[in-house]
Amino acid sequence: MIPVAFDYQRVSSVDEALGLLATHGDEAKLLAGGHSLLPLMKLRLAVPSVLVDVGRLHDLSYVRDAGDHVAIGALTRHRDLETSELLAAQVPILAHVAGQVGDPQVRHRGTIGGSLAHGDPASDLPAVVLALGGTLVARGPGGERTIEARSFFEGFLQTALGPDELLTEIRVPKATIVGAAAVRNGTTGVALVNMGSTPLRASATEAALAAGASIGDAAAVAAEGTEPSGDLNASPDFRRHLATVLVRRALEEAAS
Amino acid sequence: MRVRLSVNGASQEHEVEPRLLLVHYLREVVGLTGTNVGCDTSSCGACTVLMDGESIKSCTVLAVQADGTEITTIEGMAQDGAMHPIQEAFREHHALQCGYCTPGMVMAAASLLKEHADLTEAEVREGLEGNLCRCTGYHNIVKAVLAAAGDREALV
Amino acid sequence: MTVADAGVAGVVGTPMTRREDPGLLSGEARFVDDLVVPGALHVGLVRSPHANARIRSVDTSAAMALPGVVAAFSGADLRDEWAQPLPCAWPVTPEMLNPAHLPLAVEHARYAGDAVAAVVAESAYVAEDAAALVAVDYDVLPAVVDLEDAVADRALVHPELSTNTAYTWELTPEPEAVERAFAEAVHTVSERYVQQRLIPEAMEPRGVCVVPQPFGDEYTVYSATQIPHILKVMLGLSLGVAETKLRVVAPAVGGGFGSKLNVYAEELLCAALARRLKRPVRWNEDRTENAQATIQGRGQIQHIELAADGDGKIRAVRVRLLADMGAYLQLVTPGIPLLGAFLYHGAYDVPAYSFVCTGVFTTKTPTDAYRGAGRPEATYAIERAIDALAGKVGVDPAEIRRRNFIPREAFPYSSAPGLVFDSGDYEGSLGKALDLAGYDDLRAEQRARRARGSTRHLGVGLSSYVEMCGLAPSRVLASLNYSAGGWEAATVRILPTGTAQVVTGTSPHGQGHVTSWSMIVADKLGISPDEVEVLHSDTAVAPHGMDTYGSRSVSVGGTAVFLAAERVLTKARTIAAHQLEVAEEDLELSGGTFAVRGSPERSMALATIAFEAFTAHNLPDGLEPTLEASVTWDPPNFTFPFGTHVAVVEVDEETGRVDLVRYVAVDDCGEQVNPLIVEGQVHGGIVQGVAQALWEEAVYDQDGNLLTTTLTDYLVPSAAEVPSIEVGRTVTPSPTNPMGVKGVGETGTIAATPAVMNAVIDALAPFGVRDLDMPATPERVWHAIRGIGQEGRQ
Repeated sequence: MIPVAFDYQRVSSVDEALGLLATHGDEAKLLAGGHSLLPLMKLRLAVPSVLVDVGRLHDLSYVRDAGDHVAIGALTRHRDLETSELLAAQVPILAHVAGQVGDPQVRHRGTIGGSLAHGDPASDLPAVVLALGGTLVARGPGGERTIEARSFFEGFLQTALGPDELLTEIRVPKATIVGAAAVRNGTTGVALVNMGSTPLRASATEAALAAGASIGDAAAVAAEGTEPSGDLNASPDFRRHLATVLVRRALEEAAS
Repeated sequence: MRVRLSVNGASQEHEVEPRLLLVHYLREVVGLTGTNVGCDTSSCGACTVLMDGESIKSCTVLAVQADGTEITTIEGMAQDGAMHPIQEAFREHHALQCGYCTPGMVMAAASLLKEHADLTEAEVREGLEGNLCRCTGYHNIVKAVLAAAGDREALV
Repeated sequence: MTVADAGVAGVVGTPMTRREDPGLLSGEARFVDDLVVPGALHVGLVRSPHANARIRSVDTSAAMALPGVVAAFSGADLRDEWAQPLPCAWPVTPEMLNPAHLPLAVEHARYAGDAVAAVVAESAYVAEDAAALVAVDYDVLPAVVDLEDAVADRALVHPELSTNTAYTWELTPEPEAVERAFAEAVHTVSERYVQQRLIPEAMEPRGVCVVPQPFGDEYTVYSATQIPHILKVMLGLSLGVAETKLRVVAPAVGGGFGSKLNVYAEELLCAALARRLKRPVRWNEDRTENAQATIQGRGQIQHIELAADGDGKIRAVRVRLLADMGAYLQLVTPGIPLLGAFLYHGAYDVPAYSFVCTGVFTTKTPTDAYRGAGRPEATYAIERAIDALAGKVGVDPAEIRRRNFIPREAFPYSSAPGLVFDSGDYEGSLGKALDLAGYDDLRAEQRARRARGSTRHLGVGLSSYVEMCGLAPSRVLASLNYSAGGWEAATVRILPTGTAQVVTGTSPHGQGHVTSWSMIVADKLGISPDEVEVLHSDTAVAPHGMDTYGSRSVSVGGTAVFLAAERVLTKARTIAAHQLEVAEEDLELSGGTFAVRGSPERSMALATIAFEAFTAHNLPDGLEPTLEASVTWDPPNFTFPFGTHVAVVEVDEETGRVDLVRYVAVDDCGEQVNPLIVEGQVHGGIVQGVAQALWEEAVYDQDGNLLTTTLTDYLVPSAAEVPSIEVGRTVTPSPTNPMGVKGVGETGTIAATPAVMNAVIDALAPFGVRDLDMPATPERVWHAIRGIGQEGRQ
């Protein structure tokens, strides 16, 4: 299992990365930790002709208090999220979930930006950022823009990022409640993993909670409007059922 | 492309193809065959080495990504002819049978013990979830890692 | 357990740490892929993406044009390389159908993964690039996936055979007795169980490297194999090369579990390509190839019926099996179900017995031996069925077992299927296991949870197993049409300097034979295990052997070592008596020294005797020089390890998730040479057995595509999924060999699967669930709880 040959460019600035993306277009792929991309390349399911390695852009590895939100550099590794004292105090769910990604080796390499940009509906971090109502910052040839997490995930492994853009920062509101999949900061955000082609907000549950429904009643509608696919692990029906159970448990944990 | 890195404390410098995986660089270019390939999908952890002191799966890292880093492989664990305490604990507790997963398991354990001051059995089990072993049922591996954790003075 | 230092006499039975470990722990051990072979070429294989397809054409021109590619071949190009097809050594009946199986398919690919072309390149990277450039034009035919459908012959795997049935094999000693028992039964049980296919997943994938010496037409074959000796014979036959021109070496081998107990296409291919290209040729399997092209295990549909009297005493067992052969018969494919054929009555005294097995071809990866091979399937069926019987009779699972056990005083016990069980104390092991588990407390906890309406249901499962290992007396193998013997060879010699050398025909790949054999010899000779060298797994240094599988090594190979050491000692005594001028019976051996009884100052150390035997200056008339002996031991019987395991699970009613929370194992493998190694075998075997119950399955879709080709899809458990194992033991020596040993390599796997499934079903009793297919995935459990019934994933 060997990737098809490619050209490799390691960049030392965001501008340099954007320049290479502009030159190579669809042929190029950004490489951060590589733990989503390289397995696909080894299976020859991804065949980029140029890899632009942004892994040394250490300026993009940080967790900062930015007043009403916490700003996280896109190249911050899962391990750094897991051990961030700031996150533990301000957005504990994000630290907790980062500590659940893959295994320790993966967390030593994988980055939050890479995970979000990969857009895998089965990944935990995108769902958490979605539940938190996070905002993503991208830079492209036209400068910087912000994208609401809600509109970032467009399809299976597809995001709102253009082929010429680089994700630079993730902004998440401070949220003091710990929960497995639910977060409360005044309103309650609930996001679902593996319940469709993208990470999803459990809108029906959120609406029910906002209308004052009990946790049990709100959780019972968690799968409404979702179209999960079936695979070796679970059928769509079972996934819909699990969504109601796990959302209820998460809400109970968040409330306790 | 040219890479310069340190492997077990020795400087290495080679011209490599960008697609060369770190594990193949270590095995075939540097000649250290202790690190094994078990699965190709970063599931099994047999290829685990330390990069700048942290465990990584060398089948999912390009050699060019390791440029400028310090790599430690299983061959770098013994010092002055004495096995590392984790290696000793593995032997003492019969934590290996065929030995194929062992180098990766030892390196994963080394990183785990470095990052955590105290470990319960459950934490050791979670901490080793990136490494598969088909022989031992993990019982003795967990025992060995807990024993090594209890002997932290010797680990430094 | 404390670990003893390597000691002297008395070392057998102590938990000595392994002598193999330093090399493996330091990274110095050499697996096949670690061998540095200058000038070696790398093979890349093109595998059929279809389960059943005619090969219209193979175009290798684009691959050949790639820089670094040396050669490329279709199956047709290499057809003349094979003197014989790949071997099947177990024609279970004279009528068995065995279609020709060539290393590279010609005209027809019969499973997804069947190799259809080979490229040879200067590097593995280029070989993989080149393989992707070979264009194969296929005519896709219907896949034959479902076992029960395959028997109907609607689509054929091998059209030239006109049927998908490879054989039917029956063992019904007294048909009338079986009929009568069922006619008179008060309780009957009739169950259908599915043994899903499993992928062995040894952590080291297969690999082979063949180094030719072309001018002498000689070949050294390095292979990740369990069976270097058998492989050598078979390579010679298939390649048309004299055995004398072949040397097979199994270097460090990273686990086998039966999957490396075979003769594989790639071994023949590398040898043929090395012969043709006159250069070293190597191939290393990747994990996806390992899933597709290394044999798989299990794959049976079992129908088991019990006839019992009013007390639940079983009077007859009747079994019908459909066994999935896959697309071809590999080395022992058809015989695997037969290894269980004698054991469907389990540890129970059953007077009437009927077994019939039909071997069926499908367009899937061939099946063959996987840890336990036939015995886990048999044990699963009887241990599940006896729980079902307990339910019908209305007694506790422990009680139904007690009522049916072969009693301790009945050994040696002649079983209805025709075996003689050597020794056992089944009730003793059950009692010990229940004590260790705290069985009554567990049942109390279960009742309490049910009473308070907990959604986390506790389940307790028992499995009282007996298995047969030490394969086997050669005459018994003959009666089963197995084409080889069951003996093992060993040579023990004391070297001139007084250290000992053992040459064994076993071929360890994780079992620690270097440690155990040196303990046996050290114990016998009164020297330190560190002074014993063990040579193995290289046909040039250990020319005779039957290799390692079937939990045979200690009871057959270890016994050969023991007897050879004994003979060496006898010869040493003769020499010492001669030189000390006393009668042999006047000599006492202690601490490696023969001394004259009553005159300890008159003595000769073994080292001195060895040197005298080496110089041969002063030996008794007619005695051959050197101190060595060779033994080939053919066991008089199988050995029959047994035990009881207790699994405790928690089942989450809402998510269907099953957690294994405790596991207690009491095994009796007779005397133990090294308890540390025995326990390690038990732990590992158990987790493999648990994995069949809860997680692992080789899943095929309707088109015959294997969906679980990586370790992200095929769920080998990690440390996080299993608990520590609580181990106990009883010791009932086997009377069939001088050390009283039995074997322990497979017991855990044999016992664990039914223990866990019985526990899961026990947990689900409040929902009326009586059966569940494996693996007990959350979704299956959830469906069972809701009464939706078995959900098929295909």
